[in-house]
Amino acid sequence: MELLTYLALMGLKSIAVLGFLLFAASYLVLGERKLLARFQVRYGPNRAGPWGLLQPIADMIKLLAKEDIVPQGADRKLFLLAPALVATTALLSFGAVPWGPELVLGGRKIEGAVADVQVGLLYIFAMSSLSVYGIALGGWASNSKYSLLGAVRGAAQMISYEISLGLSLAPIVMLSGSFSLREIVEAQEKVPFGLIQPVSLFLFLTSALAEIKRIPFDLPEAENELVAGYHTEYSGMRFGLFFLGEYVNIIVLGGVVANMFLGGWKGPLLPPLLWFVIKVLAVAFFLIWVRATLPRLRYDQLMHLGWKLLLPLSVLNVILTGAVLAAWPKS
Amino acid sequence: MEALFFYLFGGLALISSFFVIFLRKPVHNAVALIFTFFCLAGLYLILGAEFVAMIQVLVYAGAIMVLFLFVIMLLNLEEEEAIEGRGNKFRRWLGGFAAVVVFLLLAPVWLMQALPVVKGTFPPEKVQELGNTVWIARLLFTDYLLPFEVASVLLLAAIVGAVFFAMKRM
Repeated sequence: MELLTYLALMGLKSIAVLGFLLFAASYLVLGERKLLARFQVRYGPNRAGPWGLLQPIADMIKLLAKEDIVPQGADRKLFLLAPALVATTALLSFGAVPWGPELVLGGRKIEGAVADVQVGLLYIFAMSSLSVYGIALGGWASNSKYSLLGAVRGAAQMISYEISLGLSLAPIVMLSGSFSLREIVEAQEKVPFGLIQPVSLFLFLTSALAEIKRIPFDLPEAENELVAGYHTEYSGMRFGLFFLGEYVNIIVLGGVVANMFLGGWKGPLLPPLLWFVIKVLAVAFFLIWVRATLPRLRYDQLMHLGWKLLLPLSVLNVILTGAVLAAWPKS
Repeated sequence: MEALFFYLFGGLALISSFFVIFLRKPVHNAVALIFTFFCLAGLYLILGAEFVAMIQVLVYAGAIMVLFLFVIMLLNLEEEEAIEGRGNKFRRWLGGFAAVVVFLLLAPVWLMQALPVVKGTFPPEKVQELGNTVWIARLLFTDYLLPFEVASVLLLAAIVGAVFFAMKRM
Protein backbone atom coordinates (compact mmCIF):
# COMPACT_ATOMS: atom_id res chain seq x y z
CA MET A 1 0.00 0.00 0.00
CA GLU A 2 2.79 2.35 1.01
CA LEU A 3 4.62 1.53 -2.18
CA LEU A 4 1.48 1.97 -4.28
CA THR A 5 0.69 5.44 -2.94
CA TYR A 6 4.32 6.36 -3.43
CA LEU A 7 4.28 5.19 -7.03
CA ALA A 8 0.95 6.91 -7.72
CA LEU A 9 2.28 10.15 -6.24
CA MET A 10 5.48 9.91 -8.26
CA GLY A 11 3.51 9.22 -11.41
CA LEU A 12 1.17 12.15 -10.86
CA LYS A 13 4.03 14.52 -10.17
CA SER A 14 5.98 13.33 -13.20
CA ILE A 15 2.96 13.75 -15.46
CA ALA A 16 2.23 17.21 -14.08
CA VAL A 17 5.84 18.34 -14.54
CA LEU A 18 6.06 16.81 -18.00
CA GLY A 19 2.84 18.53 -19.01
CA PHE A 20 4.07 21.83 -17.65
CA LEU A 21 7.42 21.50 -19.41
CA LEU A 22 5.91 20.66 -22.79
CA PHE A 23 3.34 23.44 -22.49
CA ALA A 24 5.91 25.97 -21.27
CA ALA A 25 8.42 25.00 -23.97
CA SER A 26 5.92 25.41 -26.80
CA TYR A 27 4.70 28.75 -25.50
CA LEU A 28 8.26 29.85 -24.84
CA VAL A 29 8.83 29.50 -28.59
CA LEU A 30 5.91 31.82 -29.23
CA GLY A 31 7.08 34.17 -26.49
CA GLU A 32 10.56 34.29 -27.94
CA ARG A 33 9.27 35.01 -31.45
CA LYS A 34 6.98 37.74 -30.13
CA LEU A 35 9.71 39.36 -28.03
CA LEU A 36 12.32 39.11 -30.76
CA ALA A 37 9.86 40.79 -33.10
CA ARG A 38 9.31 43.59 -30.58
CA PHE A 39 13.05 44.04 -30.14
CA GLN A 40 13.30 44.42 -33.91
CA VAL A 41 10.22 46.67 -34.17
CA ARG A 42 8.04 44.03 -35.85
CA TYR A 43 4.75 42.45 -34.83
CA GLY A 44 5.72 38.79 -34.72
CA PRO A 45 3.25 35.92 -35.20
CA ASN A 46 -0.30 37.25 -34.86
CA ARG A 47 -2.39 35.28 -37.38
CA ALA A 48 -3.28 32.04 -35.56
CA GLY A 49 -5.83 32.93 -32.90
CA PRO A 50 -5.93 36.13 -30.85
CA TRP A 51 -2.39 37.61 -30.49
CA GLY A 52 -1.09 34.49 -32.25
CA LEU A 53 -1.84 32.38 -29.18
CA LEU A 54 -2.68 29.30 -31.24
CA GLN A 55 0.64 29.44 -33.10
CA PRO A 56 2.32 26.66 -31.01
CA ILE A 57 -0.59 24.31 -31.79
CA ALA A 58 -0.37 25.07 -35.49
CA ASP A 59 3.39 24.48 -35.35
CA MET A 60 2.90 21.18 -33.58
CA ILE A 61 0.38 19.93 -36.13
CA LYS A 62 2.74 20.95 -38.92
CA LEU A 63 5.71 19.16 -37.35
CA LEU A 64 3.75 15.99 -36.65
CA ALA A 65 2.19 15.86 -40.11
CA LYS A 66 5.44 16.41 -41.99
CA GLU A 67 7.25 13.53 -43.62
CA ASP A 68 10.01 11.98 -41.51
CA ILE A 69 12.96 11.77 -43.88
CA VAL A 70 16.06 9.66 -43.29
CA PRO A 71 18.73 10.68 -45.80
CA GLN A 72 20.41 8.12 -48.00
CA GLY A 73 23.72 6.98 -46.56
CA ALA A 74 22.72 7.98 -43.07
CA ASP A 75 23.39 5.69 -40.14
CA ARG A 76 19.72 4.89 -39.67
CA LYS A 77 19.69 3.70 -36.05
CA LEU A 78 21.75 6.53 -34.64
CA PHE A 79 19.98 9.05 -36.84
CA LEU A 80 16.65 8.03 -35.34
CA LEU A 81 18.04 7.87 -31.80
CA ALA A 82 19.81 11.24 -31.62
CA PRO A 83 16.84 13.64 -31.40
CA ALA A 84 15.24 11.51 -28.69
CA LEU A 85 18.48 11.77 -26.70
CA VAL A 86 18.42 15.55 -26.86
CA ALA A 87 14.79 15.78 -25.74
CA THR A 88 14.98 13.13 -22.98
CA THR A 89 18.15 14.44 -21.34
CA ALA A 90 16.63 17.93 -21.27
CA LEU A 91 13.32 16.69 -19.81
CA LEU A 92 15.04 14.38 -17.31
CA SER A 93 17.27 17.08 -15.89
CA PHE A 94 14.23 19.03 -14.71
CA GLY A 95 13.42 16.09 -12.45
CA ALA A 96 15.90 17.25 -9.83
CA VAL A 97 14.82 20.90 -9.90
CA PRO A 98 12.64 21.70 -6.87
CA TRP A 99 9.81 24.14 -7.49
CA GLY A 100 8.14 24.50 -4.09
CA PRO A 101 8.41 23.81 -0.38
CA GLU A 102 7.55 20.51 1.23
CA LEU A 103 3.81 20.00 1.53
CA VAL A 104 2.21 17.96 4.29
CA LEU A 105 -0.99 16.34 3.05
CA GLY A 106 -2.80 13.88 5.27
CA GLY A 107 0.27 13.19 7.38
CA ARG A 108 2.37 12.50 4.28
CA LYS A 109 5.24 14.73 3.29
CA ILE A 110 5.18 15.67 -0.37
CA GLU A 111 8.33 17.30 -1.65
CA GLY A 112 7.99 20.02 -4.24
CA ALA A 113 10.13 18.30 -6.85
CA VAL A 114 9.86 15.13 -8.89
CA ALA A 115 12.81 13.77 -6.96
CA ASP A 116 14.71 15.60 -4.25
CA VAL A 117 18.10 14.07 -5.00
CA GLN A 118 20.93 14.52 -2.51
CA VAL A 119 23.32 15.13 -5.39
CA GLY A 120 20.76 17.08 -7.45
CA LEU A 121 23.22 19.55 -8.89
CA LEU A 122 25.58 16.81 -10.06
CA TYR A 123 22.62 14.98 -11.56
CA ILE A 124 21.67 18.03 -13.62
CA PHE A 125 25.28 18.39 -14.77
CA ALA A 126 25.39 14.71 -15.67
CA MET A 127 22.26 15.02 -17.79
CA SER A 128 23.53 18.13 -19.53
CA SER A 129 26.84 16.39 -20.27
CA LEU A 130 24.92 13.51 -21.84
CA SER A 131 23.02 15.84 -24.13
CA VAL A 132 26.23 16.30 -26.15
CA TYR A 133 25.60 12.87 -27.62
CA GLY A 134 22.33 13.89 -29.23
CA ILE A 135 24.19 16.57 -31.14
CA ALA A 136 27.39 14.65 -31.86
CA LEU A 137 25.63 11.45 -32.96
CA GLY A 138 22.85 13.24 -34.84
CA GLY A 139 25.34 15.27 -36.83
CA TRP A 140 27.59 12.32 -37.52
CA ALA A 141 24.78 9.94 -38.46
CA SER A 142 23.31 12.40 -40.99
CA ASN A 143 26.28 11.71 -43.26
CA SER A 144 26.43 15.29 -44.44
CA LYS A 145 29.34 17.72 -44.30
CA TYR A 146 27.38 20.53 -42.73
CA SER A 147 25.90 18.27 -40.09
CA LEU A 148 29.29 16.77 -39.23
CA LEU A 149 30.88 20.22 -38.92
CA GLY A 150 28.04 21.31 -36.69
CA ALA A 151 28.37 18.17 -34.58
CA VAL A 152 32.13 18.57 -34.13
CA ARG A 153 31.72 22.22 -33.22
CA GLY A 154 28.93 21.36 -30.80
CA ALA A 155 30.92 18.61 -29.08
CA ALA A 156 34.05 20.76 -28.75
CA GLN A 157 32.09 23.72 -27.43
CA MET A 158 30.13 21.71 -24.91
CA ILE A 159 33.21 19.96 -23.51
CA SER A 160 35.05 23.27 -23.21
CA TYR A 161 32.29 25.09 -21.37
CA GLU A 162 31.27 22.22 -19.13
CA ILE A 163 34.33 22.82 -16.95
CA SER A 164 33.65 26.49 -16.27
CA LEU A 165 29.96 25.63 -15.91
CA GLY A 166 30.74 23.25 -13.07
CA LEU A 167 33.39 25.43 -11.45
CA SER A 168 31.23 28.55 -11.60
CA LEU A 169 28.71 26.88 -9.30
CA ALA A 170 31.33 25.50 -6.89
CA PRO A 171 31.30 28.67 -4.71
CA ILE A 172 27.53 28.30 -4.27
CA VAL A 173 28.01 24.70 -3.15
CA MET A 174 30.75 25.87 -0.77
CA LEU A 175 28.48 28.56 0.69
CA SER A 176 25.52 26.25 1.20
CA GLY A 177 27.51 23.10 1.95
CA SER A 178 25.25 20.90 -0.15
CA PHE A 179 24.65 19.55 -3.65
CA SER A 180 20.93 19.33 -3.03
CA LEU A 181 19.05 22.16 -4.70
CA ARG A 182 16.49 22.16 -1.93
CA GLU A 183 19.15 22.76 0.73
CA ILE A 184 20.74 25.42 -1.44
CA VAL A 185 17.40 27.25 -1.59
CA GLU A 186 16.98 26.86 2.18
CA ALA A 187 20.43 28.39 2.66
CA GLN A 188 19.22 31.56 0.90
CA GLU A 189 16.64 32.35 3.55
CA LYS A 190 18.14 35.77 4.25
CA VAL A 191 20.07 36.85 1.16
CA PRO A 192 19.85 35.25 -2.29
CA PHE A 193 23.24 34.00 -3.49
CA GLY A 194 22.96 36.17 -6.59
CA LEU A 195 23.81 39.17 -4.41
CA ILE A 196 26.69 37.47 -2.57
CA GLN A 197 28.16 35.86 -5.68
CA PRO A 198 27.42 38.08 -8.71
CA VAL A 199 30.64 36.88 -10.38
CA SER A 200 29.49 33.30 -10.09
CA LEU A 201 26.10 34.25 -11.56
CA PHE A 202 27.75 35.95 -14.53
CA LEU A 203 30.14 33.03 -15.14
CA PHE A 204 27.34 30.50 -14.85
CA LEU A 205 25.00 32.34 -17.19
CA THR A 206 27.72 32.76 -19.82
CA SER A 207 28.85 29.13 -19.68
CA ALA A 208 25.27 27.90 -19.63
CA LEU A 209 24.43 29.96 -22.72
CA ALA A 210 27.30 28.21 -24.48
CA GLU A 211 26.21 24.85 -23.10
CA ILE A 212 22.70 25.14 -24.52
CA LYS A 213 24.06 26.79 -27.70
CA ARG A 214 22.05 30.00 -27.60
CA ILE A 215 22.90 32.96 -29.69
CA PRO A 216 26.23 34.45 -28.96
CA PHE A 217 27.40 30.81 -28.92
CA ASP A 218 25.21 29.17 -31.56
CA LEU A 219 28.10 28.15 -33.81
CA PRO A 220 27.03 24.48 -34.04
CA GLU A 221 23.94 25.60 -35.93
CA ALA A 222 25.18 28.86 -37.43
CA GLU A 223 22.70 29.16 -40.27
CA ASN A 224 24.77 31.39 -42.51
CA GLU A 225 27.72 29.00 -42.60
CA LEU A 226 26.33 25.54 -41.87
CA VAL A 227 22.71 25.67 -43.13
CA ALA A 228 21.38 24.45 -39.78
CA GLY A 229 24.42 22.64 -38.38
CA TYR A 230 23.86 19.30 -36.71
CA HIS A 231 20.13 19.15 -37.44
CA THR A 232 20.34 20.12 -41.13
CA GLU A 233 19.07 16.75 -42.33
CA TYR A 234 16.24 16.38 -39.86
CA SER A 235 12.62 16.99 -40.73
CA GLY A 236 9.22 16.75 -39.11
CA MET A 237 8.91 15.82 -35.47
CA ARG A 238 12.53 14.68 -35.19
CA PHE A 239 13.58 18.23 -35.90
CA GLY A 240 10.82 19.18 -33.47
CA LEU A 241 12.54 17.11 -30.75
CA PHE A 242 15.79 19.05 -31.18
CA PHE A 243 13.76 22.21 -30.92
CA LEU A 244 11.89 20.95 -27.86
CA GLY A 245 15.18 20.00 -26.20
CA GLU A 246 16.54 23.49 -26.71
CA TYR A 247 13.54 25.21 -25.14
CA VAL A 248 13.21 22.73 -22.28
CA ASN A 249 16.89 23.43 -21.61
CA ILE A 250 16.08 27.12 -21.31
CA ILE A 251 13.45 26.30 -18.70
CA VAL A 252 15.83 23.99 -16.84
CA LEU A 253 18.47 26.71 -16.89
CA GLY A 254 15.87 29.17 -15.59
CA GLY A 255 15.01 26.73 -12.80
CA VAL A 256 18.65 26.21 -11.86
CA VAL A 257 19.42 29.95 -11.84
CA ALA A 258 16.25 30.61 -9.82
CA ASN A 259 17.22 27.97 -7.25
CA MET A 260 20.94 28.71 -7.06
CA PHE A 261 20.97 32.49 -7.22
CA LEU A 262 17.50 33.98 -6.86
CA GLY A 263 16.24 32.20 -3.77
CA GLY A 264 14.10 29.59 -5.51
CA TRP A 265 10.41 29.57 -4.63
CA LYS A 266 10.89 32.00 -1.73
CA GLY A 267 9.44 35.48 -1.93
CA PRO A 268 6.97 37.77 -0.21
CA LEU A 269 3.16 37.76 -0.65
CA LEU A 270 2.76 35.51 -3.70
CA PRO A 271 2.51 31.70 -3.39
CA PRO A 272 5.81 29.80 -3.75
CA LEU A 273 4.99 28.09 -7.03
CA LEU A 274 4.16 31.43 -8.64
CA TRP A 275 7.43 32.94 -7.42
CA PHE A 276 9.32 30.07 -8.93
CA VAL A 277 7.57 30.46 -12.30
CA ILE A 278 8.15 34.23 -12.28
CA LYS A 279 11.87 33.75 -11.63
CA VAL A 280 12.18 31.12 -14.36
CA LEU A 281 10.39 33.38 -16.84
CA ALA A 282 12.63 36.29 -15.85
CA VAL A 283 15.71 34.22 -16.71
CA ALA A 284 14.11 33.12 -19.99
CA PHE A 285 13.34 36.75 -20.81
CA PHE A 286 16.96 37.65 -20.12
CA LEU A 287 18.14 34.91 -22.50
CA ILE A 288 15.83 36.17 -25.25
CA TRP A 289 17.04 39.70 -24.64
CA VAL A 290 20.64 38.53 -25.00
CA ARG A 291 19.73 36.77 -28.23
CA ALA A 292 18.21 39.96 -29.64
CA THR A 293 21.26 42.01 -28.62
CA LEU A 294 24.51 40.14 -29.20
CA PRO A 295 26.12 39.04 -32.47
CA ARG A 296 27.56 35.55 -32.82
CA LEU A 297 31.15 34.93 -31.73
CA ARG A 298 33.82 33.70 -34.12
CA TYR A 299 35.10 30.20 -33.39
CA ASP A 300 38.50 31.22 -32.02
CA GLN A 301 36.84 33.90 -29.89
CA LEU A 302 34.55 31.24 -28.48
CA MET A 303 37.45 28.99 -27.45
CA HIS A 304 39.42 31.98 -26.20
CA LEU A 305 36.55 33.14 -24.00
CA GLY A 306 35.95 29.69 -22.57
CA TRP A 307 39.48 28.59 -21.78
CA LYS A 308 41.33 31.85 -21.18
CA LEU A 309 38.70 33.98 -19.49
CA LEU A 310 35.84 32.02 -17.96
CA LEU A 311 37.90 29.09 -16.68
CA PRO A 312 40.61 31.11 -14.85
CA LEU A 313 37.97 33.49 -13.49
CA SER A 314 35.87 30.67 -12.09
CA VAL A 315 38.95 29.02 -10.52
CA LEU A 316 39.86 32.37 -8.98
CA ASN A 317 36.32 32.73 -7.69
CA VAL A 318 36.50 29.31 -6.06
CA ILE A 319 39.83 30.15 -4.40
CA LEU A 320 38.60 33.53 -3.14
CA THR A 321 35.37 32.06 -1.79
CA GLY A 322 37.37 29.33 -0.08
CA ALA A 323 39.72 31.89 1.47
CA VAL A 324 36.83 34.02 2.73
CA LEU A 325 35.05 30.99 4.15
CA ALA A 326 38.24 29.84 5.85
CA ALA A 327 38.87 33.30 7.33
CA TRP A 328 35.30 33.83 8.56
CA PRO A 329 33.79 30.41 9.15
CA LYS A 330 30.01 30.31 9.20
CA SER A 331 28.65 30.51 12.73
CA MET B 1 13.22 -4.25 -5.15
CA GLU B 2 16.99 -3.86 -4.93
CA ALA B 3 17.53 -7.25 -6.51
CA LEU B 4 15.20 -6.33 -9.37
CA PHE B 5 17.19 -3.22 -10.21
CA PHE B 6 20.47 -5.07 -9.74
CA TYR B 7 19.52 -7.67 -12.34
CA LEU B 8 18.11 -4.97 -14.62
CA PHE B 9 21.24 -2.81 -14.61
CA GLY B 10 23.63 -5.75 -14.39
CA GLY B 11 21.96 -7.54 -17.27
CA LEU B 12 21.85 -4.42 -19.43
CA ALA B 13 25.50 -3.72 -18.65
CA LEU B 14 26.44 -7.24 -19.74
CA ILE B 15 24.40 -7.09 -22.93
CA SER B 16 25.74 -3.68 -23.90
CA SER B 17 29.33 -4.72 -23.21
CA PHE B 18 28.79 -7.61 -25.62
CA PHE B 19 27.69 -5.03 -28.15
CA VAL B 20 30.87 -3.06 -27.48
CA ILE B 21 32.84 -6.06 -28.66
CA PHE B 22 30.70 -7.42 -31.45
CA LEU B 23 29.27 -4.42 -33.31
CA ARG B 24 31.09 -3.55 -36.50
CA LYS B 25 31.15 0.25 -36.63
CA PRO B 26 33.46 2.04 -34.17
CA VAL B 27 30.81 4.69 -33.45
CA HIS B 28 28.29 1.99 -32.49
CA ASN B 29 30.88 0.41 -30.18
CA ALA B 30 31.41 3.76 -28.51
CA VAL B 31 27.66 4.26 -28.03
CA ALA B 32 27.35 0.78 -26.51
CA LEU B 33 30.24 1.59 -24.15
CA ILE B 34 28.49 4.80 -23.06
CA PHE B 35 25.39 2.77 -22.27
CA THR B 36 27.50 0.31 -20.26
CA PHE B 37 28.90 3.17 -18.17
CA PHE B 38 25.37 4.39 -17.62
CA CYS B 39 24.32 0.96 -16.30
CA LEU B 40 27.35 0.90 -13.99
CA ALA B 41 26.19 4.22 -12.58
CA GLY B 42 22.84 2.56 -11.89
CA LEU B 43 24.64 -0.20 -9.97
CA TYR B 44 26.50 2.40 -7.89
CA LEU B 45 23.15 4.00 -7.07
CA ILE B 46 21.87 0.68 -5.73
CA LEU B 47 24.94 0.55 -3.50
CA GLY B 48 23.94 3.91 -2.08
CA ALA B 49 26.89 5.72 -3.64
CA GLU B 50 25.05 8.62 -5.31
CA PHE B 51 28.15 10.75 -5.60
CA VAL B 52 30.18 8.07 -7.34
CA ALA B 53 27.24 7.27 -9.63
CA MET B 54 26.87 10.87 -10.76
CA ILE B 55 30.61 11.29 -11.25
CA GLN B 56 30.58 8.08 -13.28
CA VAL B 57 28.00 9.55 -15.67
CA LEU B 58 29.53 13.01 -15.65
CA VAL B 59 33.16 12.02 -16.20
CA TYR B 60 33.12 8.66 -17.97
CA ALA B 61 29.91 8.77 -19.96
CA GLY B 62 29.73 12.53 -20.39
CA ALA B 63 33.33 13.65 -20.89
CA ILE B 64 35.78 10.86 -21.68
CA MET B 65 33.50 9.10 -24.16
CA VAL B 66 32.79 12.40 -25.90
CA LEU B 67 36.50 12.64 -26.60
CA PHE B 68 36.54 9.05 -27.88
CA LEU B 69 33.60 9.78 -30.13
CA PHE B 70 35.26 12.99 -31.23
CA VAL B 71 38.36 11.14 -32.36
CA ILE B 72 36.34 8.44 -34.13
CA MET B 73 34.24 11.05 -35.90
CA LEU B 74 37.22 13.14 -36.96
CA LEU B 75 39.24 10.19 -38.23
CA ASN B 76 36.05 8.87 -39.79
CA LEU B 77 37.02 5.27 -39.10
CA GLU B 78 35.04 2.95 -41.30
CA GLU B 79 34.28 -0.71 -41.05
CA GLU B 80 37.13 -1.97 -43.24
CA GLU B 81 39.87 -0.26 -41.29
CA ALA B 82 38.48 -1.51 -38.04
CA ILE B 83 38.34 -5.11 -39.20
CA GLU B 84 41.80 -5.11 -40.78
CA GLY B 85 43.35 -6.14 -37.49
CA ARG B 86 41.35 -9.35 -37.42
CA GLY B 87 43.78 -11.26 -39.59
CA ASN B 88 46.57 -10.74 -37.11
CA LYS B 89 47.25 -14.16 -35.56
CA PHE B 90 49.48 -12.92 -32.78
CA ARG B 91 46.84 -10.50 -31.56
CA ARG B 92 44.26 -13.25 -31.52
CA TRP B 93 46.43 -15.48 -29.36
CA LEU B 94 47.20 -12.59 -27.06
CA GLY B 95 43.52 -11.81 -26.68
CA GLY B 96 42.66 -15.43 -25.97
CA PHE B 97 45.44 -15.67 -23.41
CA ALA B 98 44.24 -12.52 -21.65
CA ALA B 99 40.68 -13.86 -21.56
CA VAL B 100 41.84 -17.13 -19.94
CA VAL B 101 43.89 -15.26 -17.34
CA VAL B 102 40.95 -13.04 -16.42
CA PHE B 103 38.71 -16.10 -16.17
CA LEU B 104 41.16 -17.85 -13.86
CA LEU B 105 41.38 -14.77 -11.70
CA LEU B 106 37.61 -14.63 -11.40
CA ALA B 107 37.09 -18.36 -10.91
CA PRO B 108 37.53 -18.33 -7.12
CA VAL B 109 34.67 -15.83 -6.89
CA TRP B 110 32.32 -18.22 -8.66
CA LEU B 111 33.50 -21.13 -6.56
CA MET B 112 32.64 -19.27 -3.41
CA GLN B 113 29.09 -20.12 -2.37
CA ALA B 114 28.61 -17.03 -0.29
CA LEU B 115 30.94 -14.19 0.43
CA PRO B 116 32.01 -14.07 4.07
CA VAL B 117 30.32 -11.12 5.73
CA VAL B 118 32.93 -8.72 6.99
CA LYS B 119 31.69 -5.50 8.49
CA GLY B 120 33.87 -2.66 7.27
CA THR B 121 34.40 0.68 8.92
CA PHE B 122 31.67 2.20 6.78
CA PRO B 123 28.42 0.24 7.01
CA PRO B 124 25.43 1.76 5.16
CA GLU B 125 23.94 3.21 8.34
CA LYS B 126 27.05 5.23 9.01
CA VAL B 127 27.23 6.46 5.42
CA GLN B 128 23.55 7.44 5.50
CA GLU B 129 24.18 9.57 8.56
CA LEU B 130 26.10 12.25 6.70
CA GLY B 131 25.60 11.22 3.12
CA ASN B 132 27.96 9.67 0.64
CA THR B 133 29.39 12.97 -0.63
CA VAL B 134 30.41 14.32 2.77
CA TRP B 135 32.18 11.08 3.72
CA ILE B 136 34.14 10.91 0.50
CA ALA B 137 35.24 14.51 0.90
CA ARG B 138 36.27 13.99 4.54
CA LEU B 139 38.30 10.89 3.87
CA LEU B 140 39.85 12.30 0.71
CA PHE B 141 41.12 15.42 2.45
CA THR B 142 42.23 13.79 5.71
CA ASP B 143 43.26 10.13 5.66
CA TYR B 144 43.89 9.88 1.94
CA LEU B 145 45.32 13.32 1.29
CA LEU B 146 48.66 12.04 0.03
CA PRO B 147 47.29 9.59 -2.59
CA PHE B 148 44.86 12.30 -3.67
CA GLU B 149 47.65 14.83 -4.20
CA VAL B 150 49.86 12.27 -5.92
CA ALA B 151 47.03 11.48 -8.33
CA SER B 152 46.53 15.15 -9.09
CA VAL B 153 50.26 15.62 -9.77
CA LEU B 154 50.09 12.63 -12.10
CA LEU B 155 47.20 14.20 -13.98
CA LEU B 156 49.05 17.50 -14.16
CA ALA B 157 52.07 15.71 -15.63
CA ALA B 158 49.81 14.13 -18.25
CA ILE B 159 48.36 17.55 -19.16
CA VAL B 160 51.81 19.09 -19.47
CA GLY B 161 52.88 16.16 -21.64
CA ALA B 162 49.85 16.57 -23.91
CA VAL B 163 50.51 20.29 -24.29
CA PHE B 164 54.16 19.59 -25.07
CA PHE B 165 53.24 17.21 -27.89
CA ALA B 166 50.65 19.61 -29.24
CA MET B 167 53.21 22.45 -29.26
CA LYS B 168 55.70 20.28 -31.12
CA ARG B 169 53.20 19.64 -33.90
CA MET B 170 52.47 23.32 -34.41
